[in-house]
Amino acid sequence: MSETTVQSPAAGGDQGVETPFRRFCRDYAESRIATGALVVLVAIVLLAVFAPFVAPTDPYDLAQVSILDSKLKPGSESMDGTVYWLGTDGAGRDLLSAIIYGLRISLGVGVMSGVVALCIGTAVGLPAAYFGGRIDSFIMRVVDIQLSIPAILIALILLAILGKGVDKIIIALVIAQWAYYARTVRGSALVERNKEYIEAAKCLALGNNRIVFRHLFPNCLPPLIVVGTIQTAHAISLEATLSFLGVGLPISEPSLGLLIANGFDFMLSGFYWISFFPGVALLVTIVAINLVGDHLRDVLNPRLKR
Amino acid sequence: MSDETPTLQVENLETHFFTKDGVAHAVDGVSFSVGRGEIMGLVGESGSGKSVTGFSILGLVDPPGKVVGGRVMFQGKDLLTLDEESLRHLRGNRIAMIFQDPMMTLNPVLRIDTQMIETLRAHDNKITDAEAFARSRDALGQVGIPAPEERLKSYPHQFSGGMRQRVAIAIALLNKPDLIIADEPTTALDVTIQGQILYEAQKLCRETGTALIWITHDLAVVAGLADKISVMYAGRVVEQGGLGDVLDNPGHPYTQGLLGSVPGHNTRGKRLYQIPGMTPSLLKLPAGCAFKDRCPHADAACDTRPDITQPIPGRALRCVHPQLDAGATAP
Amino acid sequence: MTVFIIRRLLQSIAVVLVMSFIVFVGVNVVGDPVEMMVSDEADQAERDKVIKSMGLDKPWYVQYGRFVAGAVEGDLGKSFVYGESALKIIVQRIPATLELAVAALLMAVLIGIPLGVYAGLRPDTPLSKTIMAGSILGFSLPTFWVGLMFIMVFAVMLGWLPSTGRGETVNLLGIDVSFLTLDGLSHLFLPALNLALFKISLVIRLARAGTREAALQDYIKFARAKGLSNARIVLVHLMKNIMIPVVTVLGLEFGGLIAFSVVTESVFAWPGMGKLIIQSIQTLDRPIIVAYLMIIVLIFVVINLVVDVLYSILDPRVRLSDVKS
Repeated sequence: MSETTVQSPAAGGDQGVETPFRRFCRDYAESRIATGALVVLVAIVLLAVFAPFVAPTDPYDLAQVSILDSKLKPGSESMDGTVYWLGTDGAGRDLLSAIIYGLRISLGVGVMSGVVALCIGTAVGLPAAYFGGRIDSFIMRVVDIQLSIPAILIALILLAILGKGVDKIIIALVIAQWAYYARTVRGSALVERNKEYIEAAKCLALGNNRIVFRHLFPNCLPPLIVVGTIQTAHAISLEATLSFLGVGLPISEPSLGLLIANGFDFMLSGFYWISFFPGVALLVTIVAINLVGDHLRDVLNPRLKR
Repeated sequence: MSDETPTLQVENLETHFFTKDGVAHAVDGVSFSVGRGEIMGLVGESGSGKSVTGFSILGLVDPPGKVVGGRVMFQGKDLLTLDEESLRHLRGNRIAMIFQDPMMTLNPVLRIDTQMIETLRAHDNKITDAEAFARSRDALGQVGIPAPEERLKSYPHQFSGGMRQRVAIAIALLNKPDLIIADEPTTALDVTIQGQILYEAQKLCRETGTALIWITHDLAVVAGLADKISVMYAGRVVEQGGLGDVLDNPGHPYTQGLLGSVPGHNTRGKRLYQIPGMTPSLLKLPAGCAFKDRCPHADAACDTRPDITQPIPGRALRCVHPQLDAGATAP
Repeated sequence: MTVFIIRRLLQSIAVVLVMSFIVFVGVNVVGDPVEMMVSDEADQAERDKVIKSMGLDKPWYVQYGRFVAGAVEGDLGKSFVYGESALKIIVQRIPATLELAVAALLMAVLIGIPLGVYAGLRPDTPLSKTIMAGSILGFSLPTFWVGLMFIMVFAVMLGWLPSTGRGETVNLLGIDVSFLTLDGLSHLFLPALNLALFKISLVIRLARAGTREAALQDYIKFARAKGLSNARIVLVHLMKNIMIPVVTVLGLEFGGLIAFSVVTESVFAWPGMGKLIIQSIQTLDRPIIVAYLMIIVLIFVVINLVVDVLYSILDPRVRLSDVKS
């Protein structure tokens, strides 16, 4: 390669030193759909975090809920003049508020289980790849067997044994998902392990801990971030499904899945909105996360770099 | 030109690639002709447009590439104006093609007999099973594959690279084509196998009158095989002529450079010649002569695009400063 | 080939044994079977009687041995709710679930492959972009919610298709099936499509990726240079190559279909195993849960076996390497 081809005029368009983060932002912003999805996602997260301040009413404050207002159509007004933009559910709760509170629970469970599963998966996958040998093949055999069983089945069985509850569904989701993270981490760590910088770190006689966590781990992060986003979407969807089936969260923790389940009974009599709007909220959340994750995969994938 | 109409006559062929960064003129006004039983070597570096030329003749240029101009006269018909169905009937039938990498050209999940018989069926739907089988077997035998009857039942991965290329050649020969376009068919093979295949290709053309275009970057291959030679650079033919003439008395500085870069007996002990610089990107060709940035003889005259000239009979050159020996002058 | 199948068979039996142990531990050690058998007011003597009658005073390996021995004879205990053999109740429900899963699989292949191949061959047309956007949506949509929307639109609003049950069934070789009657078909359509949605998206992606990769291969260009018709190139040369990943993934995903039928069956009140297991979890009917798990393990093992064999038939390279080893 000669110097001339490297310094083609097109490449020199940007002035100043470009940090990796800035380049990442610019690459990301190239897709308008993904940027839009990110904006939507941030808005959803903000809504969920600040639910008590954003929601028009507190749907679980009995003083604010009147059974007389039950099953009102979207846009109708209550006796005291509040407008129910998305209607009310069977108990007379404002659906919009219930959805915002439901998002809080759904996102919380999804993110929580994702983070724990990521930690466990990393803790198992990194050493497996770095040390290799029997530990590696044993761990990967377990991972393979688990991955051949659909996550919903694992979660279902665990919940059958454990019972309902926020902590229990998080445990179930973590156990159902850690293997995805373990496989991802191991996959990228196996590639990174053979690169020169790890060789160099070993030559410097750095400790295994230091090599694994300070050198190997950061370089395995990109694929983990991608899998993390997409698995979080899965977790949210899975939690909603389990709650819908009545084996997930208890009634006291009304996630989007439970809201939809509550509306199911009314749907056949024509009160469609009670199930419809929570479903739309769930859908928008999942699609936004998936779009962001999909695009992250393209941006972070070095093979696609031009 | 020769008295009889050539099998293939390409005139001013232009194929452009419409990429995001601009239009690449991969084939830029290429003309040549090949007659019955004649072998033409189409020589050039990778990226010079020689393979695209081959694909353009067959109408196999994939988007974003497109043939945008010129004529490809084959047996009196302009292939560029033919509809897809007529063109399909010519492909693999009257005009066959052989590809560079024998590991990739055969479909890995289909048996050899399937891949041969379908070629026969595509052009003759009345052929009987027995006849198709017999012709396939004979074709395999013709290219020197032992026990052809049993080998027909094999899958491609059960053959070595050289054997696979023979199978690909056998498929090309099945319908006794009038023209074969061979796109670097021996580049991926061992030298000994290369020699055998070259010998057989030459024999075939002499015996059956098949015209052959042999695309390669390797002058040594052409030297032992072709009747005439066309040298391509950056999508344009820069020199064309009889094999011996061009090799003995190259007129274009690029051809001279190519010949100078081939290690031979007469250069022992001397430093091999290198053409300075790199093949230019097709998107950023210099104005005028595409070779001027690397040419030792370039001057201001090279800033206008040179036309094809015929400084001596039977030789075409695209250069304002032809370097021919022995008092040959530009007209 | 036979050696290959026998080896895979032995592996399968090992997996079944391991899984049966996990199920046994999960149900009998992590959970407390006695807790559900006796009422809260029962005294210690009564509890002891139950423990003894269930053999829970024996060491765990004796218990496990009995469990396996019972399982081999088809005895996985009696359902608390139905008072009948749990295995029998599950087995009765299998045909309905299998019918649903097979119908969904067929839909996934028949809809997914043509759409995916088209999107792969013509990646830039508006139709292809619509197909791909649809497949992203298909991945994101939660199955149960789509099911609800199907019911809302096609059953409640339009009234075109029924939303619950199997409809009229016909007895075919001793098994009740829905797909042979018009009424049964109309009942089958919505749940099958609902269950298939995710797999359709998956097949579209696989077929598209496979097509785009295969279309760049020299053997496709060579096939064109041979003068083959486009139909033959796509249907034979391309299809045979993309079928390898599609069949493998679909085969493995068949288990997923059976697992996810839990959701679809609950939404559409389809009387299969999935609906039963949800009811049993809610009523804590342990023998049914155990029986369901063992049946699912068996189904998964059989599926994996079938996929491996199919794979070796489709891909000659695998076949050869296995003969050698």
